[in-house]
Amino acid sequence: MTQSVVVQVGQCGNQVGCRFWDLALREHAHVNKKGVYDEALSSFFRNDLWNEDRGGVKEQCNIRAGLIIAYLNPQAVLVDMEEGVVNEILQGPLREVFDSTQLLTDVSGSGNNWAVGHMTYGSAYREQIVDKLRKAAEHCDCLQCFFLIHSMGGGTGSGLGTRVLGLLEEEFPEVCRIVTSIYPSAEDDVITSPYNSILAMRELTEHADCVLPVENQSLVDIVNKIKQMSHIGKPGSVIKTDSSVISGQGGLSGAEKPFDAMNNIVANLLLNITSSARFEGSLNMDLNEIAMNLVPFPRLHYLVPSLTPLYTLADVSVPTRRLDQMFSDAFSKDHQLIRADPKHSLYLACALMVRGNVQVSDLRRNIERLKPSLPFVSWNQEGWKTGLCSVPPVGHSHSLLALANNTCVKPTFIELRERFTKLYRKKAHLHHYLHVDGMEQEFFSEAVSSLDSLIEEYNQLDATKGRLVPDAPRLDIAR
Amino acid sequence: MSVVTVQLGQCGNQVGHELFDLTCSDAYSGCVFCLYGTTAYLFLSFCWSELVARAILVDMEPKVINQCICRASRSGMWRYGDTSYFSQKQGSGNNWANGFCVLGPRHRDEVEELVRREVERCDRLAGLMAIMSVAGGTGSGVGTYVTRCLRDIFPKSFILNHLTWPYGTGEVHRVIITILLTLAHLYQLSDAILVHENDTVHRICSQLLNIKHISFSDVNRVIAHQLGSVLQPTLTADSDGVYGRNPIGELVSALTCHPEYKLLSVSTIPQMPSSSIAYSTFSWPGLLKHLRQMLISNSKMEEGIDWQVQLPGASGRTRSLIAPSFNTSLANLLILRGKDVYSAETGGFEDPALYTSWLSSEEAFNMWKSPVPFNKYEKSATLVSNSQALLRPLDNMVGKAWNMFASRAYIHQYIKFGISEEDFLDSFTSLEQVISSYSQLS
Repeated sequence: MTQSVVVQVGQCGNQVGCRFWDLALREHAHVNKKGVYDEALSSFFRNDLWNEDRGGVKEQCNIRAGLIIAYLNPQAVLVDMEEGVVNEILQGPLREVFDSTQLLTDVSGSGNNWAVGHMTYGSAYREQIVDKLRKAAEHCDCLQCFFLIHSMGGGTGSGLGTRVLGLLEEEFPEVCRIVTSIYPSAEDDVITSPYNSILAMRELTEHADCVLPVENQSLVDIVNKIKQMSHIGKPGSVIKTDSSVISGQGGLSGAEKPFDAMNNIVANLLLNITSSARFEGSLNMDLNEIAMNLVPFPRLHYLVPSLTPLYTLADVSVPTRRLDQMFSDAFSKDHQLIRADPKHSLYLACALMVRGNVQVSDLRRNIERLKPSLPFVSWNQEGWKTGLCSVPPVGHSHSLLALANNTCVKPTFIELRERFTKLYRKKAHLHHYLHVDGMEQEFFSEAVSSLDSLIEEYNQLDATKGRLVPDAPRLDIAR
Repeated sequence: MSVVTVQLGQCGNQVGHELFDLTCSDAYSGCVFCLYGTTAYLFLSFCWSELVARAILVDMEPKVINQCICRASRSGMWRYGDTSYFSQKQGSGNNWANGFCVLGPRHRDEVEELVRREVERCDRLAGLMAIMSVAGGTGSGVGTYVTRCLRDIFPKSFILNHLTWPYGTGEVHRVIITILLTLAHLYQLSDAILVHENDTVHRICSQLLNIKHISFSDVNRVIAHQLGSVLQPTLTADSDGVYGRNPIGELVSALTCHPEYKLLSVSTIPQMPSSSIAYSTFSWPGLLKHLRQMLISNSKMEEGIDWQVQLPGASGRTRSLIAPSFNTSLANLLILRGKDVYSAETGGFEDPALYTSWLSSEEAFNMWKSPVPFNKYEKSATLVSNSQALLRPLDNMVGKAWNMFASRAYIHQYIKFGISEEDFLDSFTSLEQVISSYSQLS
């Protein structure tokens, strides 16, 4: 069984990460009724016999390691340059789960400045970060993947987060790096978020293996849709209580905090991606297979996620029609986690990770049904990667996560670039960045040109859409 | 004589497990076991009154192997050897180059040791069978490397590779490159390559067996049934009145007489839901007529056969432009099992028009028989055929792979592990050669 390490950086990264651990514990508690430390748990958690922070005394000798869960310790590194969020985690119900060696905090924060996060703190804390990452990696038997969770618009998540990404590539080049990036929406409260995002984008394009972009606005729309559904009050539309993708019910935290609903969606995304690596199924899909199958060209590794179902209705039992509806929904633009319409753009490849009691024939039937309406690139007409995991998520009988390598990310990037240009043209707020040691104007121009060439690559692929590309002439064999 | 089986990757292990399960339950049913005597120990050995499979399970991640071993022990009829497996913690990531260039060589010694140990337990090695999928990372990449090692250690033994060809749709196109590299390499190493297509087997499950929600176990069971009907003991021309002890060797010498032609396909008749078997009657003329037309029209099921496809008349080998072209064979092996097998009339398969011109039909057609019914079917007939059946899928695959290679998609994933563009071009060349040879059969 392979292990993954989660690195959460910045306020957003840590809040999402906190929801992720809560839901992961809930999911495992649901499946693992006997409290035995099994292989599924070992992919994200360690079973500690003793923990220095909790008394420093070896626990009772009658707890045999590997059998009963003594202390579950998540394989995570929490980084933040201001203490507020991490302190809140440590005072909340998850306090017993983390130990102090996994945390890295500072006092003053990055001031929403990518350069401060990347250069100043990046250099100052480089040794400590590498040290903590190494410790986390050493505890793993077989480390498969690093999950990095951060936001693009802030200072720490964006700046220090991408610095950590670079360090991961240097120190652990063979380990897959999957980054979940929360992109700012147009009405973001951070004014310099376009600068931070563009500077971070370049790092993501160069150093990440896969990026799962998530936009705040889409999360808000999904949350509103669910709330609307639960308030309609029609008899047949009562949502089963802990089944919606935004609910944290059954987890450790009590009252729901403001961003919790949105963060739960991202946490569910991470849980579903790793489900096949943790639980058994008839068609396993490991994490390194995601990058292998969905990334035909090294720089085009932005995979648009979509999760279905968003909720389960309480009363009806599930006929097959519901199953097909789930597949159709996965491709509708309401369920994508960025504001994009993949159906009208070009697919380079698509992965479907199904959980629950779904058979390969259902999967194939739905792929056959949906294929004609989805435009795929000419040399990858059958570009589907599928995974079947038999354990469904909590509260649902089955679920589907679709990851699409699709040119519909292009409008998001173009919009980001326009917001950047508006500020950059006037050189607004630029001095805050240039004052930082190590930061130069070239960084900005290089970042923009990197994004431009990325957009250009997507453009070239789009240009082939719908065009009948002639087959390349085959090798001729002498008869 | 014994056959050692190597199960590689998720698919290889799942199919291999179903095959052993079927072989044992068929042998046990109706005390037929005693009739086979020691020849049943081709694939299994008797150890402390238990049947132990002569098999090695190889996978780069442990989940599937654990499942197979548990299920085998739970069956009560047979089990796998206690130490006959090799697994790592992390899979190959669906990357052929990772399996072939990195993981295979890294674990070569351990896997070779397991094979050697298993072979030493046999009194005489009748051949090696490697079961794998042609689309994954471990099965295809590590599997190809392991086949190469087997060929190095046992240069004189027969090696049969069983490949599962993935679904035509619903699988990533990168799979095409994997198939290309696997087939190109295996062609040099293996003696015969027996292919099952997921699409075909899926159709058998839905249309013949009437299974509503088809799972991979159903698909694997059909593959196991078809493989089992080939490999269970029979009376062959060479076996001198006793049950043959060298199925792989005889299969290879019957069918793959030319190094350019190694692709074999299997069809079995009848195939129906087990609940209907008791209510059906079978006759050899009916079964054989359908099977012959299935061969000619290249259809793998007894439903939807195209009866329009006909052999050219005795007057000449000119084919009319309107009639659909038929499937030319290099060689065929017909295996008959069940009641009244000696009265079956197989002249239709000896028609020279079925075969290519440079091999006489006496040499091209072979037949094995066994009066023992197989898997509850009173009469069953299996045809293993070295023909143009796989030409079209192969041609399509190479065409698509060439387009992908031309646009350099996914190539960086392979170059990272050491496969160069030269290697790709070599693989393309050898497969184009195979396609050309098979096209020239007609």
